[in-house]
Amino acid sequence: MGNDVILVLVVITALAFDFTNGFHDTGNAMATSITTGALPPRVAVALSGVLNLIGAFLSLAVAATIASGLVNTKVVTLTVVAAGLAGGIIWNLLTWLLGIPSSSSHALIGGVIGSTLAAAGGSAVLWKGLVSKVVIPAALSPIIAALVAAVGTWLLYRISRRLTRGARNHGFRIGQVGSACMVSLAHGTNDAQKTMGVITLALIANGTLASGSSAPFWVVLTCALAIGLGTYLGGWRVIRTLGKGLVEIESPQGMAAESSSAAIILLSASFGYSLSTTHVATGSIVGTGLGKRGADVRWSVAGRMATAWLFTLPSAAIAGALAYWLAHGIGGSAGVIILLAILAGLAGAIYWRSRATKVDHSNVNDEWTGTTAPSEPQPAAAA
Amino acid sequence: MSWINLSALWKIVVFGLIAGAGLPALFAIGLRALVMPGSRVQAAGPDSDHVYGGNVLGAVIAAICFLIILAALGWGIYEVYQIGHPAPKH
Repeated sequence: MGNDVILVLVVITALAFDFTNGFHDTGNAMATSITTGALPPRVAVALSGVLNLIGAFLSLAVAATIASGLVNTKVVTLTVVAAGLAGGIIWNLLTWLLGIPSSSSHALIGGVIGSTLAAAGGSAVLWKGLVSKVVIPAALSPIIAALVAAVGTWLLYRISRRLTRGARNHGFRIGQVGSACMVSLAHGTNDAQKTMGVITLALIANGTLASGSSAPFWVVLTCALAIGLGTYLGGWRVIRTLGKGLVEIESPQGMAAESSSAAIILLSASFGYSLSTTHVATGSIVGTGLGKRGADVRWSVAGRMATAWLFTLPSAAIAGALAYWLAHGIGGSAGVIILLAILAGLAGAIYWRSRATKVDHSNVNDEWTGTTAPSEPQPAAAA
Repeated sequence: MSWINLSALWKIVVFGLIAGAGLPALFAIGLRALVMPGSRVQAAGPDSDHVYGGNVLGAVIAAICFLIILAALGWGIYEVYQIGHPAPKH
């Protein structure tokens, strides 16, 4: 009793979300390598894309949490999934435009929860799962990541203090490339899973798969490709904020930050927490500023990010709910098709707006002047 | 199920410190051993970027450190794969 046309559209939308997830999060792995010059920008994003692709095949633990741990799958329809995805994509694109490294995972989870709430009310959301598996880890993970990165940074400078500056930078740049690769791999194992979970949810909702099924191979493959491609295209705006805006980073700090991120993400994923890689990476970068004497953390930038984090779940939820009411109000397949057409239009408009203040591989490392786009003197818009 | 899984939390902190701060520290120790002065004539000055000083003992210590790191990464990736692909239950 499924509707195959709508199912195909929903799967395409989910892959589009995965793609935005990739390019929004390239910076988590590669921002510090790009700003310290350890890797040329385009090599960095290509390497990260390939490792995301591999990482997506590495583990399927997180997909299960998304598919069954957050909402009651019995009330989920294709319209609910489509609306949830629409909410997540809009929030991801808006934060990317502003260069804010907000959490793609929270955007997706918020969108799905918002549309479920709109469709079936509060009882359809598994609140305890949401708080214990998403909200509490989101609050703790940046703090733990900052602690580990601060300890790592202190140790690295302590151990290497007799080295000449040139030798130290050269050596740690090599280490930094290795640790950045681990973060990319961890990102693939964590974030690609979330979209696999959502597509599985849609397949279950449509009756194509039995309840409780795991992701079929074609879902794993297409999600891996979508996130790899998105990563390769590179979210230069977010890379710039993370690599230049927060702390001025040297290669030992970059290595400490990335090692901390990779360790925390992989450890948490194996406990089934669908962590936000963005929160972890940002926490690590702040930690590496705290661990080095004389380094300055730009707390105003950090504060702006933290504000965006608080807003991500509820904003994406509101967007998801509005999308549901729109699609449901029109009704049937036409509702979903019109919703997705509006989504495509909005995405196009945001992309067009971003061209006005372009950030790409050529200017990503320009001096931080308080704005996301280097050439533009106007103050950055508030989150 | 409680709100905060404390046993998972302390494991993440402890193993996070070992892997996330310990392994880079080991890398730094390896790097420091590698630059130990030896047979190589050193280019003087603070901006010299030679990382190999020509000391054989240093090179051996460095190689051991780097091999431990690679082994730890390989083991970690293997563990993640194992946890992420549980054997099907019959």
